[in-house]
Amino acid sequence: MEFYEIIISILGSTIRLSIPLLFTALAGLFTERAGVFDIGLEGKMLAAAFASACVAYLTGNAWLGLLGGIAVSILFSLIHGFASITNRGNQIVSGVALNFVAAGLTVVLGQAWFGQGGRTPQISGEARFSPITLPFADAMRDVPFIGPLYANVISGNNILTYLAFLAVPITWWVLFRTRFGLRLRAVGENPGAVDTAGISVTWLRYRAVIVAGFLCGFSGAYLSIAQSAAFIKDMSAGKGYIALAALIFAKWKPVPVMFACLLFGFLDAFANFMQGKAVPGIGEVPVQIFQALPYILTCILLAGFIGVARPPKAGGVPYTKER
Amino acid sequence: MSQHPAIELVGIDKSFGAVHANKNINLKVEKGTIHGIIGENGAGKSTLMSIIYGFYQADRGEIRIDGKPLTIRDSQAAIAAGIGMVHQHFMLVENFTVLENIMLGAEGGQLLARGASGARRELKRLETDYGLDVDPDALIEDLPVGKQQRVEILKALYRSADILILDEPTGVLTPAEADHLFKVLKVLRDQGKTVILITHKLREIMAITDEVSVMRRGEMVATRKTADTTVEELAELMVGRRVLLRVEKGEAKPGEVRLSVKNLTVKDSRGVTMVDNVSFDVREGEIVGIAGVAGNGQSELLEAIAGIRKPAAGEILLDGQPIANADPARLRALGLAHIPEDRHHMGLVLKFSEYENAVLGYHRDSRYGQAGFLDLKAMQAEAVEKIAKYDIRPPNPLLKTANFSGGNQQKIVVAREIERDPRALIIGQPTRGVDIGAIEFIHRRIVDMRDAGKAVLLVSVELDEIRSLSDRILVMFAGKVVGEKTADAGEQTLGLMMAGIAA
Repeated sequence: MEFYEIIISILGSTIRLSIPLLFTALAGLFTERAGVFDIGLEGKMLAAAFASACVAYLTGNAWLGLLGGIAVSILFSLIHGFASITNRGNQIVSGVALNFVAAGLTVVLGQAWFGQGGRTPQISGEARFSPITLPFADAMRDVPFIGPLYANVISGNNILTYLAFLAVPITWWVLFRTRFGLRLRAVGENPGAVDTAGISVTWLRYRAVIVAGFLCGFSGAYLSIAQSAAFIKDMSAGKGYIALAALIFAKWKPVPVMFACLLFGFLDAFANFMQGKAVPGIGEVPVQIFQALPYILTCILLAGFIGVARPPKAGGVPYTKER
Repeated sequence: MSQHPAIELVGIDKSFGAVHANKNINLKVEKGTIHGIIGENGAGKSTLMSIIYGFYQADRGEIRIDGKPLTIRDSQAAIAAGIGMVHQHFMLVENFTVLENIMLGAEGGQLLARGASGARRELKRLETDYGLDVDPDALIEDLPVGKQQRVEILKALYRSADILILDEPTGVLTPAEADHLFKVLKVLRDQGKTVILITHKLREIMAITDEVSVMRRGEMVATRKTADTTVEELAELMVGRRVLLRVEKGEAKPGEVRLSVKNLTVKDSRGVTMVDNVSFDVREGEIVGIAGVAGNGQSELLEAIAGIRKPAAGEILLDGQPIANADPARLRALGLAHIPEDRHHMGLVLKFSEYENAVLGYHRDSRYGQAGFLDLKAMQAEAVEKIAKYDIRPPNPLLKTANFSGGNQQKIVVAREIERDPRALIIGQPTRGVDIGAIEFIHRRIVDMRDAGKAVLLVSVELDEIRSLSDRILVMFAGKVVGEKTADAGEQTLGLMMAGIAA
């Protein structure tokens, strides 16, 4: 294959692999900025993927599928909120518990309802989000250099992909230009300041986890009814954790989050491409090396080699009024 | 007077479980005055103010603002009623700008941009009216503590507070910053605002308030015109008995040099030189005090001597023996006891029982057990002895240390370090956050140690404490010892040296 075509192909799959990370990392951005650790992103994504696939299969409508995913994901968020905000439980424990619940429940319900070993039936047509061909994509295909990039990387993605990239500036705007964003950032740094300003810490944090649930709904739906055409057992495959790593890697900032997700998506795409191929001079590199890279990079970052990642100060700490 | 008081409390009562924090409190604060509320730690001052600010609900009683009874359900209601609060621990978001902090909760609309210009204008006006200048675009974490406090005051004024409550406002300030704060408070009063100042420092009450109310064990025991009362009377009202405000001690009889520091240089974790070529001796039978504004290297000096931080250069000698590279356990064995500056971070494990903390650091000693096992009975028996000797309350060695008051926690540390009969004692901030009764007791113990022929090195940011305890005073500024004075040196002289102006 020609070199440029290889690059185009890797970039195309980079985009596809980055989208679930992007939605999920932005979800985590909202909760963690509000001072609630969200290790349960993985579970929310998985539950949403399952719900989307079920609803889309039953109704034959992808948008209803998406709504179903969002609803279930928000429900998971509310449980996390009830445990860790209202009852001041440990946020990590609550998140991990939700991950287990999602992993188990999706398979059990899937088997009970459809009897296909935890899968949902194949869906097609209107029940899926299909690729959209942007204007002039075919006409431009033959333009050197720009053409393939436009036709194969920028065009030809499903609607959720474009929404994911749209969510980045929206997140930035909400966080840094609105009252809600100011209060959200404040509550993650010093909830006492928010409380003494006469604002409810509890309600603010609930709103943050609800927004996270909303966004995880998109990432789940993307997995099962956009990228694939069915729910498959454990299909989130650790993407929730990689998204969390991307969030830390991006220092909890929206635009860097996008680049971190693209980087991690690229590593994933590159790993797929390198499978079974030999690197000149080294030989065949185990694909696990590339899969481990996001985590390794995050560890290096956390160790302080690439600047200092400063997490929201009140993260992980339930708020109690001090006496 | 026909005018209503700015704020009036009638029969306020509040319990937390078995703790009766406020008992039938009555208080009147006149408009346009500075009203002090004084009391020991745990007397119920903060609870009372939290009730006024809507953090807690009173079980009984009434709050009247400007003569009108008012239910304050939450902080929002308090703000609406014109009450502003400056908390002891600032309620600021450190990585926000001044402007963002001031706007938080009073943004003036869904979008920030719309409110921001108005907020800037209002800030400018407050700045000129009250002399509270601060750069609206500065990040809080880059501001010195005094300016951060100013932001807290501005926050309250921005919400058009008429009644300003300040909870222990000078605890974190340098003397100069505190003076400036007092000037600001006077301006506020003269402009018609009402100020309530909560403190346990008698000097501040005398310096600035018009009226003062004293709380003791949840009760309001007296209200006086400041001009008609004395420090002695207030202290007695606070504690419920006569208190010696000055430490009585005889002439020091210094003997041989015990602890010697030679050309010591210490760097902090960022590599910044915090102690710069410092030398001094401490003899047996004397107390050497180190005065200085917090952050001028005293903490690092103490840590180096205590074996917690490795010096970058120089020597530390105990009885002529070099100890600069010894670890804290070895130092304890050699007879160097250390009462650390921060009992919560270094002196105690708050989740442990009292008796466990009472031996912490000496737990390897054979009298507390053999072969890696602890003899809990022996530990507890000894804890009971110390509790009796130091009047630690409640007298329960099994109680979690976090449940003791600050003064009693400090006594646990002091008892542990002093009762081992060390040869030399280094002490950091012995009475920080400690109530006046316990201060008297701890000071007495320190003087007793001196009289028993121990070498005592004392670091404190409380200049009064340094002056009343020390036989010699060294002043530290920017990592260097800028001068040595005798104990009778004037406050002003020392203050100038602490500011690095005179030597």
